[in-house]
Amino acid sequence: MKRSTIDVWVGIFVAAGLAAVLFLALRVGNLASFSRGQTYEVQAKFANIGGLKPRAPIKSAGVVVGRVSDIQFDNQSYEASVTFTIEARYQFPRDTSAKILTSGLLGEQYVGLEAGGDSAMLKTGERLRLTQSAVVLENLISQFLFNKAAEEKEVKDKK
Amino acid sequence: MLARLRQPFERLGSAVMSRVWRLGFAARFFGYMLMHSGTAFGRFRLTIREIYFAGVLSLIIILVSGLFVGMVLGLQGYETLQRYGSSEALGILVALSLVRELGPVVAGLLFASRAGSAITAEIGLMKATEQIAAMEMMAVDPIARVVAPRFWAGVISMPLLAALFSAMGIFGGYLVGVQLIGVDEGAFWSQMQASVDVRNDIVNGVIKSVVFGVAVTWIAVFEGYDARPTAEGVSSATTRTVVTSSLAILALDFMLTALMFTGGNG
Repeated sequence: MKRSTIDVWVGIFVAAGLAAVLFLALRVGNLASFSRGQTYEVQAKFANIGGLKPRAPIKSAGVVVGRVSDIQFDNQSYEASVTFTIEARYQFPRDTSAKILTSGLLGEQYVGLEAGGDSAMLKTGERLRLTQSAVVLENLISQFLFNKAAEEKEVKDKK
Repeated sequence: MLARLRQPFERLGSAVMSRVWRLGFAARFFGYMLMHSGTAFGRFRLTIREIYFAGVLSLIIILVSGLFVGMVLGLQGYETLQRYGSSEALGILVALSLVRELGPVVAGLLFASRAGSAITAEIGLMKATEQIAAMEMMAVDPIARVVAPRFWAGVISMPLLAALFSAMGIFGGYLVGVQLIGVDEGAFWSQMQASVDVRNDIVNGVIKSVVFGVAVTWIAVFEGYDARPTAEGVSSATTRTVVTSSLAILALDFMLTALMFTGGNG
């Protein structure tokens, strides 16, 4: 085989390989969909974050508007301090509330934002006041059991 | 009596010593090869020729096996996921398992048996037919002229082949999952994009494949260079290349996975 033919094949091979890497990065990964554009950061404190992890989506009305960038334990208030990175094109009022929700029954957890009515918008470094923790299944079940037991006792006392 | 007792220990000792000696020689060989890689880049045509033999000629087997592995993943993944009513997560399953594990590992194993064995056989035969000795006679450094271009060609080819394998596998999973079974196309791609991270998954996969490329081609060129210069010696060196590099890939994969994907932010 002549050398120039080899060059052509190697060129095709390298181009195809790089195209595959590009395909993986753009089509399979999320490099394009969540660009490193303008963002701002806000904090929120939760009594319990459940299974929330960094990079979990932040959704408002079901649309992804940002990601959880950091989760820390606050030793002063014994709460979880979660940092949200929100795209700058999405502005939220200052009295927006944050909830930790679960997508589907077994799905991953995400943060849901519900816009409030304040006319001032959130800025970098500010804190969301209204938060609602993740639902912990064990607590839910034990509450249910206690309620049931209390009901039964009431019924017995009446008799 | 004492001599008969001593014999197995002597044999064990000499076996261990020869292994240690080979390991030391392999390490010295690696260093020497890196220092004499100038020719491989100075006369890049040599390396391009080897990329043709190691990379381009491995394309068919890599692409076909990637396609089939992806198709099998699509079928099997669907079977399991639809029991939990989450068949839309098929894209995540196919993409993550290919990009993180199967792409680099299976492409590396195929590369070891397709290209690594060829490299060993070629260098071993050059040694058996005294071409290497002839080069030394002509004051041409065989490591710079023969070994280094093959090494760098393998290191360059391997990540490209692994990326092609993963891309082809995802296409295979798409074919089976979306076209054949009928998983929703939008959900397939969007769920995949939402959970495959460029830094954590794709870049780590590429790093894995580079490491495997270095390991496989290093073993291949070393076994070839160290082969006994007989027909038998070349054949046993070729076998050793495939066995050792396959084991090296699996062991390295475990270590890299433990380093990359655990203890982080999940």
